[in-house]
Amino acid sequence: MRFAVFLLSRLLTYVIVVWIGMTAVFLVPRLMPTDPVSAMLGRVMSQGAFMEPAQVEAIRASLTASFGLEGTLWEQYLGFMRRVFITFDFGPSLAMFPTPVSQLIGRALPWSLGLLLASTLIAWVLGNTIGLLAGYHRLRAYSKFLEGFAVLVYPIPYYILALIMIILFGYVWGILPTNFSMSPMLKPWTLDYVWAAIYNSILPALSIVIVNFGWWFLSMKALSSTLAEEEYVDFAKLKGVGEGRIMSRYVAQNAILPQITMLALVLGGVFNGALITEILFSYPGVGSLIYSAVLQADYNLLMGTISLSILAVSTATFVVDLIYPFIDPRIRYR
Amino acid sequence: MSKTNTRLLLGAAILAVIFVLGVVMPLFAPEDPRIWNTQPRNLKPSVDHLLGTTNLGQDTFWLLAWSTRNSLIIGFLVAIAATVIGVLAGMTAGFVGGVVDRVLTLLMDVFIVVPSLPILILLASMLQGKASIYLISGILIIFNWPWPARQSRSMALSMREREFVNTAWFSGEQGWKIIIREIFPFITAWAFANLINTVLVAIGAESSLAVIGLSSLQESTLGTMIYWALQHQALLGRRWWWIGAPVVTIVVMFIGLFLFSTGLSERSAERRGR
Repeated sequence: MRFAVFLLSRLLTYVIVVWIGMTAVFLVPRLMPTDPVSAMLGRVMSQGAFMEPAQVEAIRASLTASFGLEGTLWEQYLGFMRRVFITFDFGPSLAMFPTPVSQLIGRALPWSLGLLLASTLIAWVLGNTIGLLAGYHRLRAYSKFLEGFAVLVYPIPYYILALIMIILFGYVWGILPTNFSMSPMLKPWTLDYVWAAIYNSILPALSIVIVNFGWWFLSMKALSSTLAEEEYVDFAKLKGVGEGRIMSRYVAQNAILPQITMLALVLGGVFNGALITEILFSYPGVGSLIYSAVLQADYNLLMGTISLSILAVSTATFVVDLIYPFIDPRIRYR
Repeated sequence: MSKTNTRLLLGAAILAVIFVLGVVMPLFAPEDPRIWNTQPRNLKPSVDHLLGTTNLGQDTFWLLAWSTRNSLIIGFLVAIAATVIGVLAGMTAGFVGGVVDRVLTLLMDVFIVVPSLPILILLASMLQGKASIYLISGILIIFNWPWPARQSRSMALSMREREFVNTAWFSGEQGWKIIIREIFPFITAWAFANLINTVLVAIGAESSLAVIGLSSLQESTLGTMIYWALQHQALLGRRWWWIGAPVVTIVVMFIGLFLFSTGLSERSAERRGR
């Protein structure tokens, strides 16, 4: 029963988050002073070569549909919501006509997910493990040194760190690729393919890992150093429990809970940072897709990718939130 | 001297340097540093041009000062407004309780989760670089008030039960006077630390838009400075001064803001006797 209440309240928040996000996406183009369809059509025409009048009309119809400008406001709103939640059909890409937007997104999504999941997980595990050690050994020199390092890197935004890495690794030392470039000849999932993918992803991943590491390290160290002073830890020491066991069973289990809540809260921020990182490295993910959509005035693609981003981040946060009570028996289903 | 104070002092010292660069220096700029072709292009640093000149014929040092000023304006505008709105909303939620609390808490949760950057990108792409720094600040405020609101709500909840508040309440003090006289002193110390942190977040958000060319292109912020440097191949041309100046300034500014803000909140925690 309590679980049902818990689930329901989280589900309600999730639905409202998605609804507000999508309504914002729906409203933004219509709050603009200019007619978006004509403006976009003008930009498409000025970039492209000659187009048949029928083709122009087709694009105009498609644009009008993407902006949701057919019928009354209410009909437009319902139509937009239907496209986002049920069909996920944002029409053809205007810049890469006639490839459907959903197909372009489908191609980019695994790259983004891979980069984001891998780097977030690595940073979370590394930051928490090393933070736990450093918090437990808070008086040792290495602990203080690591804290200094984390304080200096944590406040730097991803894309700035990404730029610094591009400058250092790509230009000054010239040892890693600054632009994602994989030969199209490589067959998916051969050993060479996987190696090339990893090799090209090292720098973007590293820039996300380092900043995130700083954050997880600092908060874990703060949590575990207060916990290490608790009486039950002293008691365990006197009882003769080994250091490793104290750290893993006595300190870590209590300190890890707030870290999981934080994971849910910062996911959106990590995603934001990863978008810009992708663009700077021309990494073939959703971030770069959004950027090319903006540059080429590909409105269908822009609406599709932006809607997807909001949906993905909200869903991920919701899922992490749901996992939480299964880990903390004290607050189960509240 | 405790560790907290060294953090606070170091942060304050760094911020003082940034303020001299961003607030005092622009007053002495010989001409509007944004205008192209007022200087010879691509000069190396010298006495005349402390940080050299850009490929567009601007003096890098004065441009940097100007950009720092605009980034600071955005940061403080957003931080002050977001903190004021957040603290008011959070206190209202915490003290009034009931339906008002439920609605406000839901709003806070929603705005913390909704990813702001995609919405900002959509908006900026519709405006095609014509967004003013004030419009961008306004939108950033919408996404930044929930953090202080959440915190001040939980502070208000714990404060409501404290002895001195009850004493004031039973001695017949009016509600708003209690809030101003008894509660505010507790919140201000924390709110100031949060304000500094929001400055960091806001400058970061604006520059992330600017680096990909989606902020105001008429104005110059640290982010747009990086954008123009990237656009004009400052990396390939190895013109480190042009791209390096804003990058180093952002890094130093953020470390200063972070040290100052954590130093402040730790000091206020110590004062509360933790």
